Amino acid sequence: MTHSDLETIYEALAQGIDTAGEHAPVYLAKVALALAETLNDAPAALKIIADAQANLTR
Amino acid sequence: MRPKGRGELDSLYFNYPTFAAPAARDGLSARTPVAIVGAGPVGMTAALVLAKYGVRSVLLDRKDTFNDGSRAICIARQSYYILEQVGAVQAFLDKSLGWTTGRSFFRGQQILEFDMPDSADQKYRPMYNLEQQYIEQYLYDAVAANDLIDLRWTSEVTDLADVTGGVELSVTDAQGSYILPADWVLAADGAHSPIRSMRGLRLKGQNFEGRYVIADVQMDHDYPTIRRALFDPACRPGGTVLIHRQPDNIWRIDYQLKPGESAEEATREDNVRASVASVLQEIGHTGDWDLEWWSVYSANTLALDDYRDGRVIFIGDSAHIVPIFGVRGLNNGLADAQNIGWKLASVLNGLATGALLDSYSPERRGATLDVFANASKSTRFMTPPSQGWQVMRDAALSLALDRPSMGQLANPRQMTPYTYGDSPITLADETHFKRGPAPGDVTLDVAEEGGFLTDRFGDGFTVLAFGDADLGDLPGVTLVSLPATGRAAELYGAQDGTAFLIRPDMHIAARWQHVKPGQVLAALSAILTKGAQHDPF
Ligand SMILES: Cc1cc2nc3c(=O)[nH]c(=O)nc-3n(C[C@H](O)[C@H](O)[C@H](O)COP(=O)(O)OP(=O)(O)OC[C@H]3O[C@@H](n4cnc5c(N)ncnc54)[C@H](O)[C@@H]3O)c2cc1C
Repeated sequence: MTHSDLETIYEALAQGIDTAGEHAPVYLAKVALALAETLNDAPAALKIIADAQANLTR
Repeated sequence: MRPKGRGELDSLYFNYPTFAAPAARDGLSARTPVAIVGAGPVGMTAALVLAKYGVRSVLLDRKDTFNDGSRAICIARQSYYILEQVGAVQAFLDKSLGWTTGRSFFRGQQILEFDMPDSADQKYRPMYNLEQQYIEQYLYDAVAANDLIDLRWTSEVTDLADVTGGVELSVTDAQGSYILPADWVLAADGAHSPIRSMRGLRLKGQNFEGRYVIADVQMDHDYPTIRRALFDPACRPGGTVLIHRQPDNIWRIDYQLKPGESAEEATREDNVRASVASVLQEIGHTGDWDLEWWSVYSANTLALDDYRDGRVIFIGDSAHIVPIFGVRGLNNGLADAQNIGWKLASVLNGLATGALLDSYSPERRGATLDVFANASKSTRFMTPPSQGWQVMRDAALSLALDRPSMGQLANPRQMTPYTYGDSPITLADETHFKRGPAPGDVTLDVAEEGGFLTDRFGDGFTVLAFGDADLGDLPGVTLVSLPATGRAAELYGAQDGTAFLIRPDMHIAARWQHVKPGQVLAALSAILTKGAQHDPF
């Protein structure tokens, strides 16, 4: 994925969260679930799900 | 602002001169081809560019010295070429600190190190840090040495009236008032431009939420000239801090105010001291430090719809206000000055029709809108404007500790050069080039024996001719011959017979793979007289 692709996705998600408003957590969960299914690699998805716990707080 | 007990111009490292109104009063009302309002960096540069082409100007400023404080400190590579063209660059090179690298940190850990484009083919570094007082001092030294520039301090323009073929300015100085008739007016009178108000014009655009305190401290601190950005540091949880090194042991510390934080409170000396102390603790500075100057700045993207209003042309901050993160405020203004400088001089010297001036606003306003697009991106990263941008920013930073590609989202991209590809005076390619700089782009420099390719450029238009290019007669144009093979030919995508026509501001006006006699001259005359049917003269 190019940097510019990554940036487009970053921006689309930012705007998506703002549009979802108070429903942002459900919106993000939908995005994650759909992306995971599209990824079609359960172990990789589970690793990302676990790794993303890192560095959430200082 | 400065610490209690010190005056506005009481700097730790810079002695402000004091200038007087013109002592000789005779001839103050003599007509001038160009009146420039505002002797800030942009007004002085415009006067120097005009003088380079033999055009006289009267430069007026209401103050009696340079701007207070260090303000704009980052000068980009392209600006150094402008300073070179006006004969001032050596003083800048001697004092400023060149740099290429930036580092971003998230909660104290480095998530990104970026290098701006640089190579042995580059004559100047991508960026130089220098306090604005020095920028103004060095430009002033060049202005004072130039007989074609009549600089008048403490001279305020209070009114302006259109008359046939020109403009009359009302000027008031310490000794009295007079009328100055001018053919053209360059309004370089800054962000609050009184000329803009007098013309009934307004800046339009967006005010962003993010506000920064910018504070300069003097200290012995051991760190190279590398821009540091601290995201969510312990000293400002949730906020952003920027640190830049400047000459004279001065360090610029920019820190973001929280949404509800009052600027008035934040800029109280004790609060600035406490905030600076916590930043210094974070970066491990344990020695002494002195507070030099501070101010507050917000991230706006504002511009005039048209930079030209009849015979009044806006340059610099009077025409546009851009956020600091792109470090384009001053650089953008210097490019305005150069752009209008060569065009107005061409018209006044009878080499071009007035229609050439019509390209100024589209070119320079286009550049500003491009800065807005880039700056808006970095502004959204530095000071997220809503929940969505905040969440994504925090997610990217948090991921970046393990995934370096995410760190790239924090790259401020301060160096993307602007292209005049869409300008009415840029000529489209007739044949396909596989590579090389395209029409509208800034020319590429190339290291040569004993110097650089651009050293051979003239003050006016330059033609690069590769191999056996048959150009025909080209009066007034500087011809630079290059071999049809080798490094330059490779970089320019050139073959035997290729030619590039380069404008005085180093942008490419046109290029031909196999130039025919007369083609360059025809292009040049189209550029200088384009839209001649609208010629106001
Ligand atoms: C507090 C502050 C902090 C800044 N910090 C940064 C920064 O960190 N980074 C950055 O890139 N940029 C910064 N800037 C912006 C940068 O300083 C400007 O982009 C730059 O000075 C623009 O130059 P200029 O010549 O267009 O205008 P100015 O430097 O503002 O010069 C305008 C001149 O016009 C004169 N003038 C005004 N009205 C009249 C009149 N009626 N008659 C005669 N003379 C008049 C003024 O006295 C002044 O000298 C800052 C600006 C300010 C004010």
